[in-house]
Amino acid sequence: MNKSYETKNLAKEIRKWSLQMVYNAKASHIGGALSMVDILAVLYNDILNIDPSNSKNPQRDRFLLSKGHACTGLYATLALKGFFPIENLTTYAQDGSIFLSHTNHHIPGIEISAGSLGHALPVSCGLALAAKRKKADWKTYCLVSDGELDEGSNWEAILFAPQHKLDNLILIVDYNKIQSLGTVKEVIDLHPLKEKLEAFRWEVYEVNGHDHQVLKSTFEKARDLNGKPKVIIANTIKGKGISFMEDKLLWHYKSPSEAQYNEAINELNIQ
Amino acid sequence: MRTAFINQLTEVAKTNEKIFLLVGDLGFSVIEPFAEQFPDRYLNVGIAEQNMAGIAAGLAMEGYCVYIYSIGNFPTLRCMEQIRYDICYHNLNVKVVAVGGGYAYGSLGASHHATEEIGMLRTIPNLIVSAPGDPEEAKAITTFCSNHIGPCYIRLGKAGEPIVHSKTIKLAIGEIIPIETDYPVAVFSTGSMLKYVVDFIKNNNIDASVYSFPFVKPIDKGALLTMIKKHKKIITIEEHQAQAGFGSAILEAANDLYSNGQINKFPLIKRIAIPDQFYSVAGSQQYLREMAGIKLEISDF
Repeated sequence: MNKSYETKNLAKEIRKWSLQMVYNAKASHIGGALSMVDILAVLYNDILNIDPSNSKNPQRDRFLLSKGHACTGLYATLALKGFFPIENLTTYAQDGSIFLSHTNHHIPGIEISAGSLGHALPVSCGLALAAKRKKADWKTYCLVSDGELDEGSNWEAILFAPQHKLDNLILIVDYNKIQSLGTVKEVIDLHPLKEKLEAFRWEVYEVNGHDHQVLKSTFEKARDLNGKPKVIIANTIKGKGISFMEDKLLWHYKSPSEAQYNEAINELNIQ
Repeated sequence: MRTAFINQLTEVAKTNEKIFLLVGDLGFSVIEPFAEQFPDRYLNVGIAEQNMAGIAAGLAMEGYCVYIYSIGNFPTLRCMEQIRYDICYHNLNVKVVAVGGGYAYGSLGASHHATEEIGMLRTIPNLIVSAPGDPEEAKAITTFCSNHIGPCYIRLGKAGEPIVHSKTIKLAIGEIIPIETDYPVAVFSTGSMLKYVVDFIKNNNIDASVYSFPFVKPIDKGALLTMIKKHKKIITIEEHQAQAGFGSAILEAANDLYSNGQINKFPLIKRIAIPDQFYSVAGSQQYLREMAGIKLEISDF
């Protein structure tokens, strides 16, 4: 019943559906959804051990999206992978829909509701700790935004994970360099992020967050390395894939007009 | 009370393999019995309560019944949003335990006075809010919380509280414990005020009914209705701010009973609680209680 997509096409379809949801609902946060699409496409196509027909399988890998405002990207990914019918996405942000404008754990495949930032990484540490104590093989993947690394709770968790050798935890930073009211550099500069995280005793990989081959091989390396938690700093572009949205602060909040929406879809169709 | 709690938790954990205890680098000479017997289900997460609450949520998602333990405001106010969103919104099996309720850590100052947390926590859906009155109630609440699947808050006193209940008790959700029921004026006590109330009545030879409320939320509405009908005056007493506290919960319940027509006269309720103010002087728990006006008067009866 569900089409199987090549990763490249999956990413394209996620982008299209994300745009459609945001356009129909006149919603925000398309920029941060588009920046992480390639990460999701690679994770869900090539890395995560998941079964859409058994979304609560105890042996599954756990994926927690901390930047819950970018939920359209995850909703589209889950629908395209067959966790629920793609038509459900048309209810996004409508009255009575479970497809909230932040992730909702009542949706199949969503491990945690997230909207307030800096929450999912501590919870991921709890999941990873549980797997360790139960001697289970599954991994926990947590995707955070760069802006939310302003939150102290994330750094509590970043201190905690290496202390307890949570090598079953893989953190991904969607480093698109733009947060709500300005660039990361202007608001709270994270630089040098790689060195910071290394100093906190994490294994750090810094990659192009839009290169599917590199993402896949890095995830495989990170997954298989023992002894400490791993973080992948994915250098991304906010609004990636739609040229007039790329690297623009405006598209953190703005919703596309009809003309902009059509232009965006056309651009994706010819990619 | 904290000793009764940890002993009971250690006892429960012998048969309930899901019990997991997280501490925020506090609990010296308290938590050791548990930590030594169940090292696989214990962790000191460090001085990081937001992370502790999040970790608890994650462990609970994987089937553990997780207790998080620290002093007063730290496992509560400090991580209030994690309690609301990660734990209660996801309706996870996490028990928040605060030691040092009220002015138990008197001289340590306002940072260590847990005097607002009940008000904040009792507004959160799914969360059960409890404040046991003596070590026996603390044991019973620990057993109750370990069996109840869902989030709970347990407000403990400190160590060395005297025992009020001479027998072991068992508690159902929302249960109110009657101590004296025959007299028209009734004192409703929650948390560690209980010993003070019982002693005051006894030492002054006062005829008064006394009920202990180990649960602030929920409260057994049927039992409360009977009590409100029976008594001509009710005095609530708590070591907590008057706003949104235990007395407020009783007032709200009474108001609902009155507006629903279940009682036809609004009961006379006097609240004894901390006024809208902080205290910045050193003092024992007793000293601070008196300064805040948490005391009964013979003229109340």
